[in-house]
This record gives sequence, C-alpha cells and structure tokens, in this order.
Amino acid sequence: MSEENSTPKTTKDKKPARRFRERWRALLTPLMAIVTALILGAVVIVVTDTSVYEAFEEGFGVGLGRAVEVIATAYGAFFSGAFGNPGRMVNGLRIWIQTGDGRAWTQSLYPITETLRYATPLIFAGLAVALGFRGGLFNIGAEGQYFIAGLTTVFVGYALTGVPWFIHAPLALLAGILGGAVWGVIPGYLKAKTGAHEVINTIMLNYISFRFAEYMLDVGGPMARGDGRPVSPLVQPSARLAQFFPSNADIRFNIGFILALLAAVFVYWLLFKTTIGYEIRTVGQNPRAAKYAGMSVSRTIVLTMALSGGLAGLAASTDILGVIGFMPNAFSSGYGFDAIALALLGNSHPFGVVLASLLFGALQAGARNMQGVARVPLDLTDILQGLIIIFIAAPAIIRALYRIRTAESGEEVVMTRGWGQM
Amino acid sequence: MPPVLELRGITKRFPGVLANDRIDLTLEEGQVLALLGENGAGKSTLMNILYGLYKPDEGEIFVRGKKADIHGPGDAIALGIGMVHQHFMLVPVLTVTENVMLGMEPIKQKLFLDREAAARRIRTISEQYGLDVDPYALVGDLPVGIQQRVEIIKLLYRQADILILDEPTAVLTPQEVLGLFQVIRSLLAKGKSIIFITHKLKEVLEISDNIVVLRGGRVAGTALPQKSNERSLASLMVGREVILTVPKEEAQPKEPVLEVENLRVKGEGAHIAVHDISFDVRAGEIVGVAGVQGNGQTELVESLTGLRPAQSGVVRLLGKDVTHASPRVITEAGAAHVPEDRQRDGLVLSYPVADNLILNTYYLPPIAQKMLMQEPAIQQNAERLVAEYDVRTPSVLTPVGSLSGGNQQKVIVARELSRMGQLVVAAQPTRGLDVGSIEYIHSQLVRKRDAGAAVLLVSAELDEILSLADRIIVMFEGRIMDIVPIEKATREDLGLLMAGVHPDEHSADAAAVKEAA
Repeated sequence: MSEENSTPKTTKDKKPARRFRERWRALLTPLMAIVTALILGAVVIVVTDTSVYEAFEEGFGVGLGRAVEVIATAYGAFFSGAFGNPGRMVNGLRIWIQTGDGRAWTQSLYPITETLRYATPLIFAGLAVALGFRGGLFNIGAEGQYFIAGLTTVFVGYALTGVPWFIHAPLALLAGILGGAVWGVIPGYLKAKTGAHEVINTIMLNYISFRFAEYMLDVGGPMARGDGRPVSPLVQPSARLAQFFPSNADIRFNIGFILALLAAVFVYWLLFKTTIGYEIRTVGQNPRAAKYAGMSVSRTIVLTMALSGGLAGLAASTDILGVIGFMPNAFSSGYGFDAIALALLGNSHPFGVVLASLLFGALQAGARNMQGVARVPLDLTDILQGLIIIFIAAPAIIRALYRIRTAESGEEVVMTRGWGQM
Repeated sequence: MPPVLELRGITKRFPGVLANDRIDLTLEEGQVLALLGENGAGKSTLMNILYGLYKPDEGEIFVRGKKADIHGPGDAIALGIGMVHQHFMLVPVLTVTENVMLGMEPIKQKLFLDREAAARRIRTISEQYGLDVDPYALVGDLPVGIQQRVEIIKLLYRQADILILDEPTAVLTPQEVLGLFQVIRSLLAKGKSIIFITHKLKEVLEISDNIVVLRGGRVAGTALPQKSNERSLASLMVGREVILTVPKEEAQPKEPVLEVENLRVKGEGAHIAVHDISFDVRAGEIVGVAGVQGNGQTELVESLTGLRPAQSGVVRLLGKDVTHASPRVITEAGAAHVPEDRQRDGLVLSYPVADNLILNTYYLPPIAQKMLMQEPAIQQNAERLVAEYDVRTPSVLTPVGSLSGGNQQKVIVARELSRMGQLVVAAQPTRGLDVGSIEYIHSQLVRKRDAGAAVLLVSAELDEILSLADRIIVMFEGRIMDIVPIEKATREDLGLLMAGVHPDEHSADAAAVKEAA
C-alpha cells in the first residue's frame, strides 16, 4: 500500500536479541493455538460427560467440582499416555539400579515411545507434503504414494530370502522410496507436460492405488498370504528394522524414527543448501522467474514430485518394516491427509514438520490412554487436531485473542496454483 | 471562499521512519494540485491518511473550511473525497456497471438488483464528462486506459468532487495519457478538484495549477508550472542537480554481436506478433526499439532471450546460432536481460536481495561448488553489488519485495550488468521509476556500451530512446517501419513511424492534398 514504511533508512543488520524475539513470536502463535485447543477440548469433555450433569443436579459447587475432576482425569491420562508417568519412571529406574532388572523401567517408557512411533510416519508424510509446497505443488497424493510404497516394500520384504539384514532392510526401504516416487512422478509429469493440475491427478491416483492394493492383497490376490485373510505374507526378519527395546514386545519403537529425523535434516539441507533446493524453491515461488533464470521448470516439477512421493513412501516402509511386519488390505491410515495439516502447522519447514508430527504423535498416544483410563472417546484427538489446524490456518484468531503482534513475514509458501499456470 | 481541501501539519510515523513530517497542503476548487516526489517521499502515506486508511499522529484536515475527522474510506467518501489507486480495485469478471455499483447497488421491488438504473446513471456520467465506456462490457476485457475511466466513473457515481489520482499515468500509453488529460480538463470544467500524484515532470508541467514537491516526508517546496521547468522540479525532488540527458560520447560501433534475420514470432493466441524482421546490434552501440506498446516489442525480446519460441528466421549471438536455444544457453553465450515486467519475470519477491542477485548464476562457481550453495560467496557477491550499484536496502537479507520499485530494478540491473555479458537486452528498464533511479540506470547502460557491449533498449518512452540510443528501430504492428540513426531522428518523424506512417509518404500525402485543393 505505501512504499514509505517499507524503506527504512537504517542499514544495520538485525540485532540477535531482536531476531530471537521474532523467532519466539513466530513460535508463540502455534503454541497458543495448542493451548486454546486444549481449553476448548476440555469444554467438549465436560459437556459430553453425563456424570457432570448429574453432579450439577446435586448443586452448582458439586457440579463444578465434578467438572474439574473429569478434566483433570482426562488430561492426566492424556499426558501420562503421551509422555509417561514420572512416578513410574523413577520407580522403574530405582528397581533397575537396585536389582539390575530393567523391565519396569523399560515398561515405564512405553508411552513416550508410542508418541515417537506414531510420529515417525507422520514426519515422512509431512515432509513429503511440505517439500511439495516449497516447490509450488499441492501433493494430496501422499496417501496413494503410501499405498504403492507399502506394496513394493512388503514385496521386497517377504519375497527376497537369504540376504543379510544390512542388505535386505535397505533394499526394502529403497523399494518403498521408488514405489512412492513413481506414483508421485506420474502427476508431476502430467503437470509439467500438459499443465494438468496435480491436485486432481493425485486425488485420482489415490483411488487407483487403494483399489490396486485391494486387488493385490484381497483373499486370492497375487500378494495375499493364502491363509484366508486379506493381508500380505510376513516380511523376512532380515528386512525388519532394528528395535530399540527388543526385549519388550509392547514397545515398537524402532530405528525408523531416527531415519525420519535424518530425512528432515536431508530435506532441510536439500532445500536450503543446494542448487537443487534453490531451483525447487524458485519454481515454487515464481515459475516465470525460474524460466527466466534458465531453470527447467518441468524437470524441477517432476523432480519435486519424485522426492515428495519417495518421502511419502518411506512412511509406509518404516511402518511395515518397523512396526506391523506385513501389509494389511485395510492399510489406510490417513497419514497422507494428516500430512497436509502437518505441513501447514510446520510452515512447510522440515523442522517445523518434525515438531508438528511429534505433537500429533503425542495426541494419538495420549488419546488412546485417555480412552482406556478416563473413558473419553478417541475422537477427541480429531477434535483437538481440527481445532489446532483451524487456529493455525486462521492465526488472526489467536493473535487477536492473546494480542500477539505479527511476526515479520519472510518467504511465504505458495499452496497451489490454478490450471496450467507455470 | 475557503479552499476545498486543506491539510495542516500532518505528521505520520512508522516504526523507524518519519513518513510525513508536518505537511501543509491546500487544494483550491476547480484546480489540479500535483503532488510530486520520488518513491518513498511520503506521497502515498499522505493520501492514505486523507482517504482514512491511516490515522495521522498529528495534524488536521479541513474540507471546505470545516474540520474533518476521517476514520475510514467511508468517511472520506461521505466528504466527497475519492481515490483512484495505482493498482485498480476492479473485479475483472464483472461488467462496468456491476463494478461501479458495487457497494451501493440500486434495488428494485425490494429484492432485485436494478442494473438498468445504474447503467443509465453511468451513461449520464459518461456523457457529462466525456468518459466514453460501454456499461455492459466486462472489465477484464477492457484496456488499461478504459479501466481507469471505470475507476473515475466509480468516484463520480459516488458523487466525489475531490479526486485523488495516484500515479495515474504509470500504466498508460502516451495516447491514453492524452485521453486522461482531456478527461481531467472536463472534470475541472464541471467544478471538480484533483490531486494528481506522480513523479513524471512533463505531465506535472502540462496539467497542474499548483505543484507541491515532497522529499523525505517533508514539503521540499511549492512551485507554479508557469515558472518551473523539468530541471528545476527534478532538483527540488531529488535535492541536488539532476542530469536529465545522459552525457555520452559518440558511439564506436564494432563487430555485430546480435544478428537477427527474418525473425517471425507468434504472440498470445495465433496471431503473428513479429513479422520477419531483420536487424543487428553491434558492440559499442545502443540500439533503441521505439514503438507504442503492444506492437511486437515484448514478443521480440522474449524470443531473443529464449523465453518464447521463434517460428522462423535466424538469431545469432556472437556468430552462434541461438534461434531455438534455451534461456540458459543464451545467458551463457553472453546475453544479459533486464525484463519488461520486473516483478513477474525478473525477481522472486519473497527472496532476500542476496538470493535475487544470483538468480541466473546460482549454479556456477563461486556461488555454488558442485551442487552446494556457498553462503559466504552469496553474501559477498550481494554486499559488493549492493554497494556498487547503490541499491538502498536495510540489509542484503531483506526480502526484495519490501524494497521500492527503483531499488528492485537496481537489483536486476546490478545482477545483469555485473556479468560479463556481450549483449544487454533491456526492456522498459526505467518504467515506473523515480528520476534518481532513471538517471542512474541510464548512466549504467551507457557505461556498459562504452565498455564494448551491444545494448538493445526497448522503451515506450520516446525521450528515453532519444537520449540513449545511437540507432533507433521503430516497430509498428510487428514490422520494422524504419531504422533511423540518432543524428537524423526527430521526435515528429519517429511519432509518425510509430503510428505506421512513413514521413516521406506523409509529406507526399500532404502535398497531394495541397494540390487537390
């Protein structure tokens, strides 16, 4: 609107203190979004609990007390489900030191490992969508890429025998990357060559992949186990990812989480430190300027979709090789769709995606415990996730509510473009 | 009678910037007040205050002698103040009538829009002020000049009698500017008053009754057009003596760098935009391409730089056939390109200055080693170019989008001219820029020429061509009308050529007419 306020006369660089304040402010909005969602979630818990109504009939004070109790139980269960019970941890540690028996200690770590396990595929899928956003592509097809990668991973996982684990497991992961990448390249190529919108094509490819997996895995299908269940055979032990706590069968926390963190570092490095990342981001921000600069816009689009698909594929691979051990017909996880929310929540930054995935992982793990202990339905997670996303997507609500000042805007990520605009 | 509008001591501070510092301004009824100033001088802020978009920190506004409190555009409109923004506020998919009545739609039978009533009023206004426009045309189909009329009609429809025109000529062709001036005169004749914001000196001298020059947020001076000239206004605006014509030696053209033979290029859709044209540009000369916008210049430049495929013909750069080469190949063969639309093609607005300065060298050492971007080299490159090309930016990490237009263009010029290019293709390099930046960019182009580069300068501003070019190509409907050496070029002849008429034909016609009489 005015050119005046955008041409400050100072030429000094920003002071570190100011930069820190800006970072903090950028984090403050998502943080307050989570807090607000938890508050509204508490309201939902209270109004859906019949015991609160009964208590209110006895008297206002009794009702209020009951409401507070219900919320405390629910969120107490939620937090111990997501992060563990500190008392139990200390106790387990003591037993371990005194008797040398570490089982109680390991068991007390179960909740936090569940959070990390849930977060693992979310990180991969979130990175896939975030990378697409950076390249100006809206990959709604992470779910379909996940399915195809599941098939390729599990096939290499069970069909290949007699190879050592250090070859088999990487090979199975690679198969997942390739499966997802191929499924991502198809809409990428169509966009680059014909201008067909990737949103439509990825959605259509999702359906194809669902049905294809059904065909492959259904009873009597080419990849079915053959015992009358619509699931694939078990993958060979040599293809399984290493577990952190092999002694405890409950804990399914595996090396996949480390791979996810490495993937985040890789995506960060690729996007911000390499010429390929510069090309991806330039095409995403301004395809015409990219063309002007001599970049190949179509090649970059295809590459971005391949990388995005490969990352989505790793979500399936780590799930199968690290956790389930086979591929069920009803594999659908919703990761591909959660991933869109995660990319938004993480501002399409790899590290932001990791934080958002950890949050969603904690919500999943916590909600399961909350359902078991406090009898609050699992669906509350969906409500909490939905609220958080709304508040993140409409940050003005949170800023107005808590009077947070706007952070200085940097590179904004283009979500998607219209038909054939390149 | 009190003045129709008076501002007293308006002050507005933004964090770190004093945008307006005790500004006084008086607009008399039926007059044009020109508000002149460079980008960033405080013109837009002042007008946004007047229009209620900003609240002043100090100062008062009087409308027709009465103190006015303006808290938003609604208040401004109620006081009869209307504004045509530099970027039009129109809905392209709606008709002229729908756009004009938006926000105050006439209703019939309590439920239905009365488009006819609105269209009738628009017709009346059109006739009254000579603003010819079809009320049922879709706004998106109209040329920019007519869209601007729609904006003016919108104000008149709301019975505004103080009209603020923010850089109204920036997007217009010379012919459209003349049309706008006619409209302004008819508005004045009907008693309207106008504030005309610009940084174009010629226009100010032609149309205004009074001139206020802003510089650095303050009133640098006031002037009367009769007692001013371009030079005096320019120095008032910039705060120092300004050289309006670039000093340059006679060109020493050497071997041809760019050779174009029978080039044919398609435009948008199926029509041929460039018809089999041939010319060359030699080392050490500036060849200007003159012509009214839309006569194939854009397509010519895009084709030469690899952004648009050629249909037939040959383009050679330093003897190498680059007719069907990609932008990368052409760039590497030694061409630099200052694109016509800097924000659309030449910059990534969200990127910092530093990242924009490597847009077409990002993959070459020292900026990148193999595929790794070298942060220190990017930083050094940026620091050096920002200093050398006088880019005013808070830091090299500031997003380019938050710089003024002039500084954005300097980023492009720095990037393109700092490379070892043998050929510089500059399309509209100074469009929309302030005097200081224009002066600077012109001197850089001449410096490049003197260093032995071939420069192809495409401009819709005849003055720019006349002051820079050594030879002038005049284009009309995709064809070259003539190639004129600067010694023989006159404004009149070029004007005729731009309109598609050969001067000799013209005089022959004139003679024929005389004879017949």
